[in-house]
Amino acid sequence: MAAEAHTIDALGQFTLTTALGPMGASVNFTQSNLMMLIAGGLILGLLYFGMRPKAIVPGRLQALAEMLYDFVYSMCSDQIGHEGRRFFPFVFTLFTFILLGNLLGLLPFSFTYTSHIAVTGALAIMVIVLVTVVALRIHGLHFFSYFFPAGAPKLLAPLIIPVEIISYLSRPVSLSIRLFANMVAGHVMFEVFASFVVMLSAAGLAGTLGAAGPLALNVVLVGFELLVAALQAYVFAILTCIYLHDAVHLH
Amino acid sequence: MDVAAAKALGAGIAVIALAGVGIGIGNIFSALVTSVARNPSARDQVFGLGILGFALTEAVALFALLIAFLILFT
Repeated sequence: MAAEAHTIDALGQFTLTTALGPMGASVNFTQSNLMMLIAGGLILGLLYFGMRPKAIVPGRLQALAEMLYDFVYSMCSDQIGHEGRRFFPFVFTLFTFILLGNLLGLLPFSFTYTSHIAVTGALAIMVIVLVTVVALRIHGLHFFSYFFPAGAPKLLAPLIIPVEIISYLSRPVSLSIRLFANMVAGHVMFEVFASFVVMLSAAGLAGTLGAAGPLALNVVLVGFELLVAALQAYVFAILTCIYLHDAVHLH
Repeated sequence: MDVAAAKALGAGIAVIALAGVGIGIGNIFSALVTSVARNPSARDQVFGLGILGFALTEAVALFALLIAFLILFT
């Protein structure tokens, strides 16, 4: 079992290499950065070229741009409330950046930048710093009452306050690990089943016929990973909204 | 016991957590189906909540899977 695990190089697909030839190598421009630029360019292109016709009856591209906008906008205003509009640009940027990262990573020969905890961790820290700053600006020092819910017995304070502080501080950890682990697990599963195909087809005719099984499974997995890619972007965005709601309204 | 065998065993033990996650996800979707069956007009609001709960529960499974990967591949 262990010998087999060593022949499947499941994590090799996440190694960073430099992109754009010697020019990129001299400034350590990795393929991860390249994919980020492509994702950003695609979002900007979609919004710019999609909204240029300004038609009342939207075309396909304009409908896509409007649906994306509407979806995130209603998420913001539903979750955060009236003040949610102020945070809409931030949530929209986060959502589209993660969504494009997850989806582009499913294309062959591309790279999933959300599969690195350095990237998701930076996004999560950005969210949590923003949430804390917003809460401190709106509520001032009253913000610290967040860690002790009103109406709880005073006797329980030594128990409740540490628990609340730990749960507050573990937010960026769970936020970043959730996204990164989802992406890593998905791509490792692709790699493992693809390796099964290669190993089986090396074992003669019966093996080649048997290899259809893992191949079919991999096709199904691509569909599942499409769902996961959209779902994780949604979850990241909606958790950001929920945290912002807590910051604006304090429980 | 040699290290490779211990690693394989450890990775197997690490994913025992998936039993709880299976129960949790089953619970979420059974509650979702029940609530939609009782009040079909609430489907849109309940569905988003169900998916959110699913994703949060699935994250626990992925934490366990991550530990298993760490044991196996490092």
